[in-house]
Amino acid sequence: MRITVTVDGTEYSDEVEPRTLLVHYLRETLGKVGTVIGCDTSNCGACTVHLNGHSVKSCSMLAVQADGCEITTIEGLARDGQLHPVQQAFHDNHALQCGFCTPGMIMQSIDLLADNPNPDEKAVREGLEGNLCRCTGYQNIVRAVRDAADHMRPGAGPEAERMSEDVRAPSAIGGE
Amino acid sequence: MGFGRMHRKEDVRFVRGHGNYVDDVTLPGMLHGAVLRSPYAHAKILSIDTSAAEAHPKVRAVITGEALAGLNLAWMPTLSNDVQAVLATDKVRFQGQEVAFVVAEDRYSARDALELIDVDYEPLAPVVDARKALDPDAPVIRDDVEGRTDNHIFDWETGDKARTDEVFANAEVVATQDMLYPRVHPAPLETCGSVADMDPITGKLTIWTTTQAPHAHRTLYALVAGLPEHKIRVISPDIGGGFGNKVGIYPGYVCSVVGSILTGKPVKWVEDRSENLMSTSFARDYHMHGEIASTKDGKIQAIRVKVLADHGAFNGTAQPTKYPAGFFGVFTGSYDIEAAHAEVTGVYTNKAPGGVAYACSFRITEAVYLVERMVDVLAYDLDMDPAELRMKNLLKPDQFPYQSKTGWEYDSGDYPRTLRMALDLVHYDELRAEQAKRRDAGELMGIGVAFFTEAVGAGPRKHMDILGLGMADGAELRVHPTGKAVLRLSVQTQGQGHETTFAQIVAEELGISPDDIDVVHGDTDQTPFGLGTYGSRSTPVSGAATAVVARKVRERAKIVASAMLEVSPDDLEWEKGRWFVKGDPAAGKSIQDIAMAAHSGLELPEGVEGHLDATCVYNPPNLTYPFGAYICVVDVDAETGQVKVRDFVAVDDCGVRINPMIVEGQVHGGLADGLGMALMQVMAFDEDGNHLGGSFMDYLLPTSMECPSWRLGETVTPSPHHPIGAKGVGESATVGSPAAVVNAVLDALKPRGVRHADMPLTPAAVWCAAQGHPFRTDLAIT
Repeated sequence: MRITVTVDGTEYSDEVEPRTLLVHYLRETLGKVGTVIGCDTSNCGACTVHLNGHSVKSCSMLAVQADGCEITTIEGLARDGQLHPVQQAFHDNHALQCGFCTPGMIMQSIDLLADNPNPDEKAVREGLEGNLCRCTGYQNIVRAVRDAADHMRPGAGPEAERMSEDVRAPSAIGGE
Repeated sequence: MGFGRMHRKEDVRFVRGHGNYVDDVTLPGMLHGAVLRSPYAHAKILSIDTSAAEAHPKVRAVITGEALAGLNLAWMPTLSNDVQAVLATDKVRFQGQEVAFVVAEDRYSARDALELIDVDYEPLAPVVDARKALDPDAPVIRDDVEGRTDNHIFDWETGDKARTDEVFANAEVVATQDMLYPRVHPAPLETCGSVADMDPITGKLTIWTTTQAPHAHRTLYALVAGLPEHKIRVISPDIGGGFGNKVGIYPGYVCSVVGSILTGKPVKWVEDRSENLMSTSFARDYHMHGEIASTKDGKIQAIRVKVLADHGAFNGTAQPTKYPAGFFGVFTGSYDIEAAHAEVTGVYTNKAPGGVAYACSFRITEAVYLVERMVDVLAYDLDMDPAELRMKNLLKPDQFPYQSKTGWEYDSGDYPRTLRMALDLVHYDELRAEQAKRRDAGELMGIGVAFFTEAVGAGPRKHMDILGLGMADGAELRVHPTGKAVLRLSVQTQGQGHETTFAQIVAEELGISPDDIDVVHGDTDQTPFGLGTYGSRSTPVSGAATAVVARKVRERAKIVASAMLEVSPDDLEWEKGRWFVKGDPAAGKSIQDIAMAAHSGLELPEGVEGHLDATCVYNPPNLTYPFGAYICVVDVDAETGQVKVRDFVAVDDCGVRINPMIVEGQVHGGLADGLGMALMQVMAFDEDGNHLGGSFMDYLLPTSMECPSWRLGETVTPSPHHPIGAKGVGESATVGSPAAVVNAVLDALKPRGVRHADMPLTPAAVWCAAQGHPFRTDLAIT
């Protein structure tokens, strides 16, 4: 079955089997290996991407269901070499170690900030409940999301990922 | 520059999705492998029919144990000198065991073909309960070994039995408790996998694989497959967490190699989550009987332990050869006692192999849990405050180096200071006052204290080897002509930040910016030999090697500088980044100037070869012994049994902190592990040996919701024998925190008369314990 999708700003048209999971389409057909797989039961959220501006677990969607949709992956966030504020905040706050949950965690964080531009700690924790991390104990991730919120335009909405002009110095060294 | 908080160099690629993990590797013509697994815990294999799978248009090969037997590869050696079936030939011995391997053009077809393989099994009675494994009528699991008539693996003991028995016989108080450290799994977010590429023209085998010990893997592949070691290249790229899960060699890796040899194409194998949980290295599964002897006023005198260790169907435990129970011998903990003795018996059961994994530092998780629970049990019996009881018995700073009663020489420590800091941070006295009030109101609030001593950095090669390979590790440093440097390591990061912190060590020693130092690891063609990263051994061993190579380079630079400045080397003095003439600081040469000169036509003294590089194999004189004081505060809902962790204070002392930011991140992650084990995680089995924790639906990991905001403190007691005074720390929090959480929950349940209940303290387990009906958490049916 032929599908047409826009991924990270580029349009693709491919023949896919109806059973092909979106995450496998992204990784194996398009080579977008920044999005990774951590489980087989839709629990871990490592495969989270944005579908029409909202986060989805791409292991729990068929590629054919994404036909006609716009998808953003971790690889499409940075613009002109400039990190998205959430990417920058993850680095500044030491919110990643092995880096495996990071792509999904960042995509989910952006979605969370679009819904709630200024979440308190509890709101961040609730918003990230669908994303497992085995390295960080979550604390620096929570800190990074709140730090990113401070550096993003309030009310940016689902288009928050479009920000690119936000140039700033690192605001924290690993949650000091 | 040098030690201190520094952002991580490796983040640059990870936050953009530009890491390079095994499943990201794609090679021309690459095929995909999938493993057929046993549905039974114990069954004879009567026949395997692969004809329908072979007829699948996209299948290139179907490999069975019989085919491997022809290559002498049906069985492989384990890290414990046992053997493990690569693909089962005679019978299956645990649910999820590897039975056949399909190689196909894509991963979906490979999975399709698994369904087409027909295996005829004759089910056998399984051994599920380790406590029944040695019963005379227990089914014999390992009948592959001629003459074997039981499920006994080993007996091991440590300490002075006679002396310990004597102290116990005369003790005023003896507290006894059985406890289970249940079977859990490290569950790194990235599962295990490999891409094997045997080049039929050059005869060179390249394996991209999720390994924490790439060099050891290369040697094992050479020994097992009979391939020459220089024709094997193991590449451990970015690894999505290891936690001990990725130390050993799994059947899937071997099958991908065989698949590549048979098809002449690269073969990728990546397991899914269920396969990871059901078949790769589990952790713990120690049934412990603890006894502690003391005076009536709480002076601890002796500890005595008997352990039954469930090792599964093959003894695949990863540990130094002479230590079948790992470093369980440090079970005397942080206390000054007169005598100690432990016996450990290992048994086979119809479960997956493993045991040492999940930040255990070779069974120290079990040792610390045992002693920290026993101290609390004693506090319960004596009706003493558990913090006070610990303070009374902790080793004193002037006792270091301390020779433990089981033969371990603790390097350094100031335990009372660290415990006091934790008590102050948590406001211990106020919490106890609050608890008293709330108990009067019928509410369940608990405060749990744990104090641990770790033993990490294996280790001195005289005592410690893995399959004969001594546990020394290497580092190589080259300074380029322009003063930038490359450091090559034998250890292998899985997220612990080596690319940053090892550059910081060189920066501290040489005054070259860490940004100008590239850290290379994980490629056996590019890096010096060593045993890899686990047991928190990177900083103790390769960290030491790194400081030593940097110092060697510094000494070479001194000679070059003396030639440049036309003075005797003895007249030179070092300040970070430059050698200068004593008494004339203006006359000096920076390390960058020296690097260029070292590669130039400058005349050097006889015997000095020029260039600026050095190598080191570091044979550590001892382990390092980091320690910590952890305090957990919980509220327990008496109606539902739900535990809420309200506060957690962790004070760690790992000696000199190379990068405090990274240390804190390590501690945060380990605390989450410990909380998960204490409250949520278990791999249980039913009476047929069905694995009941085989997915993230059942094997519960803590999310952002269960974890509190951790509160950390630090003290610094350097390791005297380490070149930079640094100790390992990666596993400390996982080792220390489960006891703190469990002690807190049981402290909350004290008014209900509950003295002990086993992990995980799920709402059901807590509720039952509060009703006076504790149950076994490892078996669905008891």
